[in-house]
Amino acid sequence: MTELPPAIRLESVSRHYLMGESVIRAVNDVSLTVPTGEFLALLGSSGSGKSTLLNLIAGLDRPTSGSVIAEGQDLSKMSSLELARYRRQTVGMVFQSFNLLPRMTLEENVELPLRLAEVDRSERAARVREALERVGLEKRIGHRPSELSGGEQQRTAIARALVNRPKILLADEPTGNLDSATGESILTLLREIQENPGMTIVMVTHESTLAQRFAGRFAVMGDGKLLSNGAPR
Amino acid sequence: MKFRDLSDLAFRNLREGVLRNSLTTLGVAVGVASLVAMLSLGVGLQQLASSRLAKSGLFDSIFVTPKTNLRRPGGGPPATRTPDARARPLDADARAEISHLPHVIEVYPQIRFFTEVRYEGKPFATMVAGMPESSKSSGAFDGMQGSFYSSPNADETILQAEFAKELNPQTASLIGKDLILRYAERQSLAAQPGEESSGGFSVVPKDMHLRIIGVVETEPASGFGGFGSGRLLIPLPLAETLRAAQVNDLRDILRDSSSDKPTYSSLTVRVKSPALVEATEARLKDLGFSAFSLLDASKSLRIFFSVFDLLLGIFGSLALAVATLGIINTLVMAILERRREIGVLKALGAADRDVKELFFVEAGVMGFFGGMLGTLLGWLIGRSLTLGTNLYLHRQNLPGVDISSVPWWLVLFGIGFAVLVSLAAGLYPALRAARLDPVQALRYE
Repeated sequence: MTELPPAIRLESVSRHYLMGESVIRAVNDVSLTVPTGEFLALLGSSGSGKSTLLNLIAGLDRPTSGSVIAEGQDLSKMSSLELARYRRQTVGMVFQSFNLLPRMTLEENVELPLRLAEVDRSERAARVREALERVGLEKRIGHRPSELSGGEQQRTAIARALVNRPKILLADEPTGNLDSATGESILTLLREIQENPGMTIVMVTHESTLAQRFAGRFAVMGDGKLLSNGAPR
Repeated sequence: MKFRDLSDLAFRNLREGVLRNSLTTLGVAVGVASLVAMLSLGVGLQQLASSRLAKSGLFDSIFVTPKTNLRRPGGGPPATRTPDARARPLDADARAEISHLPHVIEVYPQIRFFTEVRYEGKPFATMVAGMPESSKSSGAFDGMQGSFYSSPNADETILQAEFAKELNPQTASLIGKDLILRYAERQSLAAQPGEESSGGFSVVPKDMHLRIIGVVETEPASGFGGFGSGRLLIPLPLAETLRAAQVNDLRDILRDSSSDKPTYSSLTVRVKSPALVEATEARLKDLGFSAFSLLDASKSLRIFFSVFDLLLGIFGSLALAVATLGIINTLVMAILERRREIGVLKALGAADRDVKELFFVEAGVMGFFGGMLGTLLGWLIGRSLTLGTNLYLHRQNLPGVDISSVPWWLVLFGIGFAVLVSLAAGLYPALRAARLDPVQALRYE
């Protein structure tokens, strides 16, 4: 059996910011490989650079040096238009604060990535329903985010991230705004998604206890550097 | 993103900030309304002036005279001038020929003579004028008392109001009454043996009964020289049959003429539209006559109204310029408010172009609705001004006029201009929104 190429490969990636005269090294020479289908938890304290690293993998930001290769594509060589296409087709993102558009219903929120990807209208309704069924919210399809609990909002955000059938799911503190029981149910859902339909997941979190229970592997960051080598648990 | 999805999102965003976006749209509407109202006044006044001038017959008429009959400054008396090979007399043949030229609708001589009228036994001195058939449609007889001539040869007369008052202050009671026209008929004398030229004419007094069928308020004008000074108006064909002696008859007998056909000192040629005057005028000159028209005056009028419209447009555009600032302000505020949303859209895969187009469409939609509302408002302002003017004119006992006009091109221009200006106003906010860094935007609370 041939080994699958890694979903994500980071080679000496650095992201530096200029703040006045001083240089902030948010991510400093990080190399990391995430095999296809792995659930990786990126741990670290606040300001350790884990969210910046996630943004680099998401194609929302560009590295100062090094290369980010995701699904065989070198993000550092892409134009902004190609990066937008990458964000539409290859990755799905989930945020700590859900980032649902408050004036849209669940259906419309989940449909948004399909609109951006110019998927045919006839196909959209079925895809939206399928994604909402996956997270168990098909009955709340006409509701607005404000009518939902935090956990339900995060499930909606996961449905939105899944609707374009990406290969990689990126989650930035997905349980940060939830109580522990709800957080656990969200991670259970992520774990299920990792297994079926099968997806590479990178989750940024500072809750190591929860991460230990659900993630397949840890990578610990501190001061922009990778502290643990990301060895399998 | 497809245009339909883009406009869906744009409408949704506009509905969300309904108060602010409505006020911005209203700002655009007021701007467009002021522009449309100004231009509708310009167009309306131009149409009014043009139709009045067209009805006056000044701009679709050519004044034709025989070449030898015109004395130009320094030209010397006709006899001493070098005869023009193409010059020919302006007689009945010439009149028939001219009337068959393309686009010519009417050829008539000016017949006017001073004479005496008897009404209820009392004499009144007045000026008689022959009215061509076309004067009926010139608008000069609109609103007259009574009716127009029943036939071109009817023994009927229409009196000018001032003259009618001299006959009877109750002018309405004159209609249907008869008066007697006393005039001097010209009778040609046979050439005496031994004389080369014809022997001139004798003048014989004649009477004619005319029925008064109408009284007209304004003095109708028709062509050069007009009938403005005419106070007793009779049909032109009837006037021609009278062979009344006119002022220029004395000149006729001095002219060397071997023909016994009547000649005209001048003819007025009316063509279908002012645009055909220039070509017809050239044609008449080719035929060997002198021709003159007021076309140049009409050109000056068009230039005047173009400048007038431009100035009105500039004043009208000032309000639209203010409205443009309103659109920029609204959209820049929207960027600040929707910063996070823009970040989400970009994280979900929206390209810079998608975000730019979204803001563009929002600006365009505000422009479109503002343009429609503004054009409607502008039209209403124009109608109100017309209404107000007519109310005033009515009080002054003057006929009403239409001083504003919103033709289709102005409607399309109003809406199109509003959309264009709004898109231009949306350019800066749209570019700014598109350039937002998604990481920064997502961090924004």
